Amino acid sequence: MSSIVIQELRVSIADKEIIRGLSLEFSTGEVHAVMGPNGSGKSTLAKVMAGHPDYQVTGGDILMDGVSILEMEPDERSRRGLFMAFQYPMEIPGVSNANFLRAALQARLPEGEELDAVEFYQRLYQKMDLLEIRREFTARAVNEGFSGGEKKRNEILQLAMLEPVFAVLDETDSGLDIDALKVVAKGVNTIRGPEIGILLITHYQRLLNYIIPDFVHVMSEGRIVRSGGKELALELESKGYDWLKAVKPETVGAN
Amino acid sequence: MSTKTDSIAIDRDIGDFYYNVTATRDAGVGLTEKTIDYIVDVKKEPEWIREFRKNAYHVFKSKPLPTHWAGDELKEIDFDVIRYYLASGDAAKRTWEEVPEDIKRTFERLGIPESERKFLAGVEAQFDSEAVYSNIKKAVAEQGVIFMGSTDALKERPDLFRKWFGKVIPTGDNKFSALNSAVFSGGSFIYVPPGVKVKHPLQAYFRINAENFGQFERTLIIADEGSEVMYMEGCTAPKFTTATLHSAVVELVALRGAKIQYITVQNWAPNVFNLVTKRGLAMEEAEIKWIDCNIGSRLTMKYPGVVLKGRKARGEVISIALAGDGQHQDTGAKMIHAADETTSNIVSKSISIGKGRATYRGLVHVPKHLKGCKNNTECDALLINASSRTDTYPAITVRGTGNSTQHEASVSQINAEQIFYMQQRGLSEGQAMSLAVNGFVNDLVSQFPMEYSVELKRLIDLEMEGSVG
Repeated sequence: MSSIVIQELRVSIADKEIIRGLSLEFSTGEVHAVMGPNGSGKSTLAKVMAGHPDYQVTGGDILMDGVSILEMEPDERSRRGLFMAFQYPMEIPGVSNANFLRAALQARLPEGEELDAVEFYQRLYQKMDLLEIRREFTARAVNEGFSGGEKKRNEILQLAMLEPVFAVLDETDSGLDIDALKVVAKGVNTIRGPEIGILLITHYQRLLNYIIPDFVHVMSEGRIVRSGGKELALELESKGYDWLKAVKPETVGAN
Repeated sequence: MSTKTDSIAIDRDIGDFYYNVTATRDAGVGLTEKTIDYIVDVKKEPEWIREFRKNAYHVFKSKPLPTHWAGDELKEIDFDVIRYYLASGDAAKRTWEEVPEDIKRTFERLGIPESERKFLAGVEAQFDSEAVYSNIKKAVAEQGVIFMGSTDALKERPDLFRKWFGKVIPTGDNKFSALNSAVFSGGSFIYVPPGVKVKHPLQAYFRINAENFGQFERTLIIADEGSEVMYMEGCTAPKFTTATLHSAVVELVALRGAKIQYITVQNWAPNVFNLVTKRGLAMEEAEIKWIDCNIGSRLTMKYPGVVLKGRKARGEVISIALAGDGQHQDTGAKMIHAADETTSNIVSKSISIGKGRATYRGLVHVPKHLKGCKNNTECDALLINASSRTDTYPAITVRGTGNSTQHEASVSQINAEQIFYMQQRGLSEGQAMSLAVNGFVNDLVSQFPMEYSVELKRLIDLEMEGSVG
């Protein structure tokens, strides 16, 4: 079993503190949801875990299987098994989806070893079928001219192909209509299992109707203010985020 | 991440080596009329060439350096320390076995004999001033195709040579066409008889081995009515500390209904001044396409052009320029419409890395009295670092009614978020940059023959590896 442990994390961007002493732990085999109102620092958490260069860690640590990843470049974190599905996936003009995935998989192989092209396409087509993605998609440039739904589906396809140990999904549900949401959820549910730990970051409870989390954490002002089981999400839905404002962070024990 | 890194150590390992080769023919340092006499005598050229060269020498002397154009870098060339003619012997050999060992191993290391076996119809390999190897496949020669060095052609086929030599690009076109006309040596002569379609490409490889040297090859390709030919040229030189000069003149003539494709992949060392004049003349319904890729050099000034002289002639320039740190690629295209219903297409993509500078300079001319002419120009620039620079000078004059032009230009920068995205998928920063750059030029690279597009991708990867800190 692998685990990610976030200890008393403090993060700033341009001298503004966004995450203020956040602690969270999750392991393979588990699905955790992090919910919170806009501006609570959810997306910052995802980006810091992935190593985005704009964010500065001013305190605390992120450990993957006991090893701090804070000094690692984003690509090293990725090759160690950390995946992040982007809220706003980037376009890479002129680079086909197939070539991009091949390059990403090739980067995981030891030097001198070549990715098997036949095997690659077999796996790719299998995952594409699962996500209801048409074959001609492989030749299209990465995310270029994609609809919001296509972009998110592409993120899940990359997740399925790269088989990470941990996946952080940053607001993957945002901008999706209900059909696209169902397809994405189906994809995540297929990937879900004892070999992977998933952190779902979402503003809405809606996604959690389709991907049932094992644990739910509520984030506010850069901290986890409440943790519980899946029923916490329902409670949030009925009471709204305003309900949290009455909860003093001090009353919540470290997770 | 350090996308703002300015210093670049480019691994130009492909061409950056040289073997000591003793030249038996050396015109010495500097350029005077005596240099020209030496060249004419040693090459045993006819008197009309001596006269042609000497006239060109005076034109060269009289023209100022075009520093107002690309920039002051040109002043770094010291014409008095350059050697204008260096060769190690006799005529070009027909087999690699006959080529002197030191020279042969240079070309072997560059992979030329191997490519010849695999996919070429003929090869000419030039080492400093002269071709050392020239061979055309028997089947192609039997079709009547002539492929030889230009010195041989002016002696053996004066009928064909003299008719077109200096006609597409006159001596006085610019200072460097005049210089080439004064001291030219080497280069290819190709004649394709009417209706003959040469299936595989003919290739020339230009290699500079010597220091303080200028290479001035002269190429003339004549495609007779309804014929088709593809010519490819590659260039490399080792990196020396002093300026090396490469100043070629390439003239193409496509007679009625003929098609010429001319492909260049240039990977000069960063001390080479690459000042080349290339132009084609397209007669009725003929087509000339320049596919041009400039990766190395200190300064390149090159604007392949097509004079669309016959009705329905077509001209095209596809150009990729990559300006590394300290390099300036001043490239572009010229399209001179001189008949009705002529069409031209220019697609140019440039990449600037570090303090590299890429300039697009275009000239499209459609005079008032013509009808039904069309031009399309697209130029896109990609900037890698904050200190990278690009400039666009499109000069388009389309007059008259019933003629049309379309011009699109864009400048983009590799975005740190794109790089982060790719890094999040496991690619290193360098790999991510390479992929983004390859993506940018992908649609143009796919127009090169496969063997060249693979090589191009590798060259781009190498350049990009050096661009991150």
